[in-house]
Amino acid sequence: MNQRSSNLLDEALGLDQVIEPWPLRGRVVAIEDQVDTSGSFVLHHLLKRSLSPNSSNVAIFIAFSQPFSHYDRILRKLGCNLVSQRDNSRFFFFDMLKLQCPGITPEGGLIALYGKIHKTISALPEISWKNVSIIIDDLSLMEVAANGSSDYVLDFLQYCRTLTSEFDCSLITLNHEDIYSNEDRPTFLIQMEYLADILIKAEPLATGLATDVHGQLTVSNKGWNKVSNFHFKVKENVVECFYPGRSRG
Amino acid sequence: MAESICRALRDGALEGELAPALTIKDSVASPFALQVFSHVLSQLFSSILAGKSQSRGLVVVSFSRSPSFYLDLLKNKGTDIASSNNQIQILDCYSDPLGWKDQLAGSRNFTALSNEVLVSSTAIVFREVKHMDKLYNSIIELGKGLVGGGKIRFSIAIDSVDEMLRHAPVSSVARFLSNLRSHDQISSIFWLLHSDLHEARVTAVLEYLSSIVASLEPSHQLANGQRGDLENFSLIKHNSKKGKFHVRFKKRNGRVRVMSEEVHIELSGINFTSLPSEGAINQGLVPKVQFSLQLSEKERIDKANVVLPFEHQGNGKPIQIYDGRRSLVDGKHERPFAAVENVQTNENCGSGEIIYYRDSDDEMPDSDEDPDDDLDI
Repeated sequence: MNQRSSNLLDEALGLDQVIEPWPLRGRVVAIEDQVDTSGSFVLHHLLKRSLSPNSSNVAIFIAFSQPFSHYDRILRKLGCNLVSQRDNSRFFFFDMLKLQCPGITPEGGLIALYGKIHKTISALPEISWKNVSIIIDDLSLMEVAANGSSDYVLDFLQYCRTLTSEFDCSLITLNHEDIYSNEDRPTFLIQMEYLADILIKAEPLATGLATDVHGQLTVSNKGWNKVSNFHFKVKENVVECFYPGRSRG
Repeated sequence: MAESICRALRDGALEGELAPALTIKDSVASPFALQVFSHVLSQLFSSILAGKSQSRGLVVVSFSRSPSFYLDLLKNKGTDIASSNNQIQILDCYSDPLGWKDQLAGSRNFTALSNEVLVSSTAIVFREVKHMDKLYNSIIELGKGLVGGGKIRFSIAIDSVDEMLRHAPVSSVARFLSNLRSHDQISSIFWLLHSDLHEARVTAVLEYLSSIVASLEPSHQLANGQRGDLENFSLIKHNSKKGKFHVRFKKRNGRVRVMSEEVHIELSGINFTSLPSEGAINQGLVPKVQFSLQLSEKERIDKANVVLPFEHQGNGKPIQIYDGRRSLVDGKHERPFAAVENVQTNENCGSGEIIYYRDSDDEMPDSDEDPDDDLDI
């Protein structure tokens, strides 16, 4: 596996040096993508990094989008075995596929989900708390599960943020920009941009689709006061990130 | 100029008048309101501690950040929080704003963590953010706990009103803020607002409630639509570190004062500098070429003084269309000059001139006839 090629993304996020303690601890990372440039690969990459064998990091994955088998297949190609990680209590998978929050009301369901996450983290040894990543795939489907109420979802995200303060864990979310782009004020999207400490946007190139370059990533890291931009190409086993003009074709 | 804001909050309210209120607003293009808010908060608290302000205590109503954020912020500015317990209190609307933890504790084995207790001497958790009345009462109670009853005043900082507007209608929030401003123990109040999260009328309501409005704007406006170009990226990068800071003061005598500064965001904090002239801002963006694209001051004045030939001067004289011929100006004979025309000066009192060399004096003056009339098509 080519470690070097993902380094631009790792560098922009501070993941190119040590993995433990988890560099993203206490931070909220928001990924925004579009139909033409899916940002799922960033999610998979962060999941792979957090479950790196050199660390004892834990990932709690809240899946509204795909079943476990889907992520298992993809992460296997990236060199990570989710089944054994799950067995070792390093990977917790919350299957929300039925698009129904458990509970009588959508709000009740989200409260219960929050409670479940809180309980899962509390059960871990205190030393591991800051190495926990809560990953949500994705927010637009969570809104569907909450019967379209972005208010309940924002309340839920607010409580997840308190988890990052309480446990020093990290929160990583994925949302689709073009779902909200028709609105005059895409409030939900803008709220996430304010909430995020690190904003990662996956967009097509200004020149359109291409075979050698699938899109561009813009990483705004508020903590470092730094903005990076580079191109990416998603391959079978790896994602290549490179500065514009440097594609290896 | 940020100094003026801090001074206004420090001076506080006059007897029988509403307390000064500051709105700090921004948008995603220049999201620096938090840095400005933190700066104002730490400045105000320093003056409270030093006894230099009307206000004797500060109540921070925190929705968006945990209480420890503010305690750490003040600690980093050199304030000794432990000994200033009786001058700052934080109403914690962040940790459990809707009472979910209470609900969960009732039904399952949900244990709140003990580290929440660590900040309890300076922070009180508030669990009913949808109820503006209860929020109002809690704030007043906290403030009175700091300064006692009577005539001593305290200040309030709200981070942010966006969360309040999510939980309550704008009329309730407006009434809440207005009541706080009218309370005779409130010295000053300031809040943070992200303008792009709300309709324009909501932002307008909050601005009407404020005596000072500080807004942050990007240094460079991005082109609409295409965010993909490299040029746009360099603008984004530029905008992430710098911005324009506009402040509008509403004075008691009815006058409005508007000031602008430039704001720089560094890792260590925020810096305010005076706005450079327009030319300097654009210097970086103007391509370097071998001829001068700028005007000097004298050139600018001369240009402004030139009376354009078609301009109606409003002084009763008939309009004379100048076509470069001295003869027309005289209005009498035509003087056949074959050579290049003399420099013709327009009648004006300034030093601006239009220097126009006519090719040949033999040309007929422009007539009304259509020159294409003689075409035989």
